[in-house]
Amino acid sequence: MKVAVIGAGIVGSLIAREFTKYEIDVEVFEKLPDVGWGITKANSGILHAGYDDEPGTLRAKYCAKGNEMYDRLSKDLNFELKRIGSLVLAFSEEELNILKELEKRGKDNGVKGLKILNRIESLEVEPNLSREVISALYAPSAGIIAPWEAAQAAIENAVENGAMLHLSTEIKNISNENNQYVLDTSNGEFQFDMVINAAGLWADDLAEKTGVKVSPLHPRRGEYILLDQPGVVRTVIFPTPSEAGKGILVLPTVHDTVLLGPTSQDLPPTQKESTKTTFDGLSKIVKSAQKLVPAVNISKTIRTFAGLRPENDIKDFVLKREGNMMHVVATRSPGLSSAPAIAKDIVNDMLGDLEIKKRSDFNPHRAPLVKVIEMSDKERENIIAKNPSYGRVICRCNHVTEGEVVDAIRHGARTLDGIKFRTTAMFGRCQGSFCTVKIMKIMKRELGKNYEEIRKNLPNSQIVDGDVR
Amino acid sequence: MKKLKYDVVVLGGGAAGMGAINGALSQNVSVLLIEREASTGGVLNQCIHNGFGVHVFKQELSGPEYHEMYMEKLSRFDAMYETTVLNVDVKSNTLNTISISGVYEIKYGSLVLATGARERPFEALRIPGYRPAGVFTAGLAQHFVNLENRLPGHKAVIVGSGDIGLIMARRLTLEGVEVEGVYEIMPYQGGLTRNIVQCLDDFNIPLHLSTSIVEVHGKDRLEGVTVAKFENGHPVRKTERFVKCDTLVASVGLIPENDLVNETIELSDGSGANVDDLMRTNIYNVFAAGNNVCIHDLVDFAAVEGEIAGKNAAHVAKGKELPERMGILKKGEGVGLLSTKYTIAAEPFKLFVRVKKPMGTTILRLNDQKIKTVLAAKPSEMIEVKMDPSRYNMKGNLILSAMEVDKI
Repeated sequence: MKVAVIGAGIVGSLIAREFTKYEIDVEVFEKLPDVGWGITKANSGILHAGYDDEPGTLRAKYCAKGNEMYDRLSKDLNFELKRIGSLVLAFSEEELNILKELEKRGKDNGVKGLKILNRIESLEVEPNLSREVISALYAPSAGIIAPWEAAQAAIENAVENGAMLHLSTEIKNISNENNQYVLDTSNGEFQFDMVINAAGLWADDLAEKTGVKVSPLHPRRGEYILLDQPGVVRTVIFPTPSEAGKGILVLPTVHDTVLLGPTSQDLPPTQKESTKTTFDGLSKIVKSAQKLVPAVNISKTIRTFAGLRPENDIKDFVLKREGNMMHVVATRSPGLSSAPAIAKDIVNDMLGDLEIKKRSDFNPHRAPLVKVIEMSDKERENIIAKNPSYGRVICRCNHVTEGEVVDAIRHGARTLDGIKFRTTAMFGRCQGSFCTVKIMKIMKRELGKNYEEIRKNLPNSQIVDGDVR
Repeated sequence: MKKLKYDVVVLGGGAAGMGAINGALSQNVSVLLIEREASTGGVLNQCIHNGFGVHVFKQELSGPEYHEMYMEKLSRFDAMYETTVLNVDVKSNTLNTISISGVYEIKYGSLVLATGARERPFEALRIPGYRPAGVFTAGLAQHFVNLENRLPGHKAVIVGSGDIGLIMARRLTLEGVEVEGVYEIMPYQGGLTRNIVQCLDDFNIPLHLSTSIVEVHGKDRLEGVTVAKFENGHPVRKTERFVKCDTLVASVGLIPENDLVNETIELSDGSGANVDDLMRTNIYNVFAAGNNVCIHDLVDFAAVEGEIAGKNAAHVAKGKELPERMGILKKGEGVGLLSTKYTIAAEPFKLFVRVKKPMGTTILRLNDQKIKTVLAAKPSEMIEVKMDPSRYNMKGNLILSAMEVDKI
């Protein structure tokens, strides 16, 4: 029995890993050069508590459940998860009434620990809040992760358990012949018994290639500003939600930076790659973020970026099975939070009637990555004694060592962004102005490449070109 | 964990750090340099253009030459290279380092911070558009060209008219890269006039003032930028113009590097260390010198500050008590930056002043006293003022102002 998972975002990665628990061959196809570089790379990274979602939706069914599953996942796969809690702020009686509705809805959805705080209690939790706040809905189960780290860890673990990963491999067509799915890809043809379509923004197009109609997707662009202002907030700060969505937030990241955003701009389906930031979007973020937290200091900007969420008209996930192919469509917010629960359900559904055994040798653990800066002096001494490159600091902003850069390459990084999104080197306030050359030197040595062959991320993202004369 | 003890520990081996070693060695104390890179010299190593050393060596040297000549002045000192300081504890006078040799705890009698500056990256400007490859800080582009022999691209736009950007405009032109122009958001230049003349004018590279980038194009590699005129910090509608380029070099400011001590050392609003004329910080045995105090025009000034810091650090390490601070310098009208925050008001010292905006004939005043007249004042050129306590009252609050003559 062979299954193909198309898309190595957080959803595809967790589905692939879930399949490797069974005696079945798993292959993952990703059109980008690395794991988690689509929707997964550029979103808020929040595990939502689950009070937003109207009962009866798939969002409500999966969000709180998926969120809870991350505790185990983060332990097994060794990626960082911080349960920092969230606050939804109310600035008027009207908004307070919405908070009360959210609290009730949250309880219906099985969200634990929800509590409406008065003004003083809100300021105790978060001293930098606007003094205009009158009340806040506190959800202790909200958490933060770096979503790409979860996807990388899940894929790595899947590969350790026998899955095969095809990067930079785009699906051109899918046909069904004699109960076999034939995947025509940019790297040749492959045959499978089962296919999971977790192609993110392109999941609707891919479904259509197999003659299946799902409600069409359009990208909803979210712009962000990343700040070097650790400590300005400790929890995830939301405004009261509106028709337009959850609004612009202020939240800490697992890497001790602060994220402002996202905007919420609907784009036509033709703009599924439009990850640019805009003047209006960035201005709006500053204004909205400072309304929640006036202490937000915009002069501490590290960078800006934009991501795209897969949106449809029904504003809900679509899980549609047709034969032995499952389409996972519109995993918009809270798609990240829901992903583990969706993955489990899909694998159960696909394998339900078949008599496929669980593997006895499935290893749920991905070994932790070395992070020298987080070690004690004793641990540092030991690891440097064994491998001195763990003593050579390459990235001065986040204190990433040469040994960690080499580890990232051995874990699959082939581009500067591949290293950035595994080690946090180049993620900091200098944005790589000091460490880029050092990292490229290590890549040259470890990968046998020359400078011209090294890419930032995509195939044409060359860094340097040619000799000085 | 291995332990070491020195009279004076110097963090950073660039111009100010070498100066500090020199100053400390002159007082016969034990000196340890801790340097992140594999050698001394700091950014001098990649500055292969000339123009360094006019004050200290009375000749024009390249960066590497300056480095070499300064090192020849230094007698024996200990150094740990490729070593990163992870934290400084000013209460116990210790710091912790990491390197391929392991982790060390180092106890110091006094400490000299000579950690220099970092470049503000283009990304920090929040300019809309995509985030492709091909965007470099001027220092990174310089590193690629001068130390790695690699070209960053073939058609470049420079954003910001800081000195490294101007130097890179010339350097890239000499290497066959087409430099389309330099775009400066302010109505005046950011770098030295001599660099405008020697790096832009001599090569017919246009400098567009009150103009900057409003959008970045290209998803993989840079394909171009949209530029527009700016008024009062905002783009002017209908002045947008697309410029095709594959390389963007940003020279948009240097930031004093004090991250290691930003919770213990008093910093200015520009994140430089607030020092007195002895180069002493708010902690009696911690000194600072060079670009981590304020961004200097000339490397000589950083080296000289280092010498003062190193010498006084040695005095303190030997148990000598330094005089107390008597005066506080404050920025008055027209002044954007002062290199020194406090004074012991006992000996003459050099104060560097930057004005806020370009002015014609300008009078500098200390409180009500006229102390200097300059014919043209520009933010890009530091004004050197000799502060002499035998001539001026230098105790108490000292407000330094700069006013254009015809406006007085």
